[in-house]
Amino acid sequence: MPKKIVIIGNGVAGITTAIELRKLSDCEITVVSEESEYFFSRTALMYVFMGHMKFEHTQPYENSFWAKNNITLKKGRVNAVFPEKNEISLENDEVLPYDFLVLATGSKPNKYNWLGQDLEGVSGLYHKQDLELLENYASKIKKAVVVGGGLIGVELAEMLNSRGIEVTFLVRENSFWDMVLSENEGRMLEKHILEHGINLKLNTELKEIQGKETVESIMTSEGESFECQFVGLTVGVSPNVDFLRNSSLNINKGILVNEYLQTNVPNVFAVGDCAEIQHPQEGRRPIEAVWYTGKIMGQTLAKTLAGKKTAYNPGNWFNSAKFFDIEYQTYGLAPAKLNENQEEYYWEKENKAVRIVFDKENRVFEGINTFGIRMRQDFFEKVLDRKESVDFVMENLDKANFDPEFYKKYEKEVKNGFIVQSA
Amino acid sequence: MNLDLSKKTGLSLGFGGMLILMAALFNLLNGSALLYISLCMILAGIVVYSFGEYAGELSGIKNDEVWFKGVSSKGIVAWILGFVLTAFYVVIYWFPEYLGLHKEGNTGLVAFFDPLSFALNGHGATQWFVYGTLYTVAILGFGVKFILKYRHNTYQIVRTCSVMFFQLAFAFLLPEFLAKLNPELDYFAKDLKNMWPLNYYFFEDWHLKAMLGGGNLGMFMLFFGIGMIFLISPILTYFFGKRWYCSWVCGCGGLAETAGDSFRQLSDKSVKAWKIERWLIHSVLLFVFITTVAVIYSFLINEKAALDPKLFLVGVIVFLGIFSLYVFKIGYKKLALDARKGIYWASGIISAFLIINMAIGNTNVFFIDSYTLRSWYGFLIGAAFSGVVGVGFYPILGSRVWCRFGCPMAAILGFQQKLLSRFRITTNGSQCISCGNCSTYCEMGIDVRAYAQKGEDIVRSSCVGCGVCSAVCPRGVLKLENGRVEI
Repeated sequence: MPKKIVIIGNGVAGITTAIELRKLSDCEITVVSEESEYFFSRTALMYVFMGHMKFEHTQPYENSFWAKNNITLKKGRVNAVFPEKNEISLENDEVLPYDFLVLATGSKPNKYNWLGQDLEGVSGLYHKQDLELLENYASKIKKAVVVGGGLIGVELAEMLNSRGIEVTFLVRENSFWDMVLSENEGRMLEKHILEHGINLKLNTELKEIQGKETVESIMTSEGESFECQFVGLTVGVSPNVDFLRNSSLNINKGILVNEYLQTNVPNVFAVGDCAEIQHPQEGRRPIEAVWYTGKIMGQTLAKTLAGKKTAYNPGNWFNSAKFFDIEYQTYGLAPAKLNENQEEYYWEKENKAVRIVFDKENRVFEGINTFGIRMRQDFFEKVLDRKESVDFVMENLDKANFDPEFYKKYEKEVKNGFIVQSA
Repeated sequence: MNLDLSKKTGLSLGFGGMLILMAALFNLLNGSALLYISLCMILAGIVVYSFGEYAGELSGIKNDEVWFKGVSSKGIVAWILGFVLTAFYVVIYWFPEYLGLHKEGNTGLVAFFDPLSFALNGHGATQWFVYGTLYTVAILGFGVKFILKYRHNTYQIVRTCSVMFFQLAFAFLLPEFLAKLNPELDYFAKDLKNMWPLNYYFFEDWHLKAMLGGGNLGMFMLFFGIGMIFLISPILTYFFGKRWYCSWVCGCGGLAETAGDSFRQLSDKSVKAWKIERWLIHSVLLFVFITTVAVIYSFLINEKAALDPKLFLVGVIVFLGIFSLYVFKIGYKKLALDARKGIYWASGIISAFLIINMAIGNTNVFFIDSYTLRSWYGFLIGAAFSGVVGVGFYPILGSRVWCRFGCPMAAILGFQQKLLSRFRITTNGSQCISCGNCSTYCEMGIDVRAYAQKGEDIVRSSCVGCGVCSAVCPRGVLKLENGRVEI
């Protein structure tokens, strides 16, 4: 009898698990999702709203792919998980038995009990349904307020802006995305956001949302009031695990898992945004709600489920984003605030910037943030794996360049600035 | 609609210029001044409109509302535009008399273009001159639009300048000047870059005779044309991929990249469409190959040329044999099984026909008159496919339908690209977020994302290297490269 694998959630973590597992094994695979019939790229939802793509373009596989690969898709909401009975129950009382259960339930947008947060016209941006709601509501919006200066916040601001909506963007911190970016990086992006006509308010928090049934205005912590017909709440996400709180699974913020992505119940696993790694590797957080880590977790778990027990190794940290027209890539760890052993070098010109962090003593390269200049992941993978020095990186920076042909090259300038700083 | 002043001015200028042409079509207007004014108005209209569209915004990707606007998402406007374009092509190919082409003296639109035609080539205009002029205006005008749209992207700027230059200089002005300087010569194609088999009549008897009788210029065109096919184009494709031709030089590609840019996202990305593409384009290649062999063979017989017709057939068989052997021994890893089988079968059947023919001494090498073959090719492929469907259906099927499903030149360059070239699109590690912008905006209907999300390089024979996948990627994942970079 082939083993029954049930996966809850058809986001990148759950679907990667399913597809990779299918390559390795002939077990029965069922993926349950309430959100959508087929896998789509969550990161692409913004482009649907902006008219760059239709929703179907966000689906990386043709609809026939799933049947062809013998992966059963089930649309429905999971009510509860019963680890002691090895089954889950759906809202329509259907019961699915399993041999192995994979929880890939993703995140939900945070809400901090603001007055008026449940009014019509208040929404996060995470699920397909959030986008549909926003789409249906968009024609009524003249002015909007986006709360929270992170990646989703700036994307939502860009989305609304593309429809000619006047956007006020409230950022609690003194500089944009200051958890991750240094102040000078933040300042460059702020300038760019302002250039796009966004009313960016730093050091400003949401106090309350006002309106009868629908949103009419908001009040900031400074006592300033903004009229608006839509409020986007993008103050981070948390693991979507509430329906598991009454089960025998150990839950903290997320579902607690060991290095094999295994929960306290041996045949139940968790991957992606909802998983909380109990003992993360040095420099890594227990919950990393990022596309790439979800994908790596899925690839890892598939091997374990296929019988080859494999520990989760996220490898060197990397990430990417786009702030309006400025692309961002990061390789290794380039923290916003340095510790006493670290030194950094920063270069900036015309919406392009590079920040490199290295060890003060032995000059080993630790991480890079690059804005407006594309760089090769392979290059920095090698540099990080071999613990090359910052001087090696500077010497070979032109090999890292991944910009299209004929683009202006900045490596020389970056290098010269570094020499001046080092002298 | 909320259009600012320069967009309104642009639209008025453009439609004003078109109105003058319409009036000329019905013999209501004439005069060289009006012709130049109308062409300038159309060109200026496109440029002014584009400034209104893009100049006020910060530079960056400009795909907002592409799927909301009727014209770019198969709305009513798109269908009307498609109908008008298709009708225009039908008239140009088969009913040029409605445009005013008459042996006894042109009238209407063709007569309206006479002054420009006389100035450039010393003859009266034909419907092809009218078409060529408007085609060039479209590439120049929409080329400026494309450059404004992608002004942050140097690759796109350089590439578009190249396309505009080759259309204006090589396809339009140079052939006309050469015709003017050599008025005594019979007609032969003087567009240096328009090589066989895109120029399918290159080896037809009348064309060969015109070149052979065309003095130095004719002989130059003959040798250059053959050199392009066997030497220049494989070498350039080896180093740069087929993009050096398809999206930098070619006129069909030039129109697709400029005037067709608003429709690139309409290409079908399904696996089914890919299947149809592979069968169709290689069938056309087979068709043009057979036709050309037949045409050259009858030419050699009829003209009692120095080259023995049988030797020519032996040469063709040897060529097919070497190609099949190459695929069997070296290239097999790079081609799918059905593609390899197709090559072996096609080569085998053609060779069999040629051998039978040599044995029984038939002048019709495939038992069909070569004249019939080429007239069917001209009608089905040269006119109906490349013109009517290729451009007429831009707003419905996307801008590269001809290049993707029909062009035999693209098929040959595709073989070279797949089997020999250093060119590929590189994926940047694991940075892909599967968003789908690359696939959506691939005019050739390649599912770029399918490769990028697996971290694989993209080596596809159909890729024309326009670079738009790399441009629209929000994570900097894709890069067009000529060979691997050592790091």
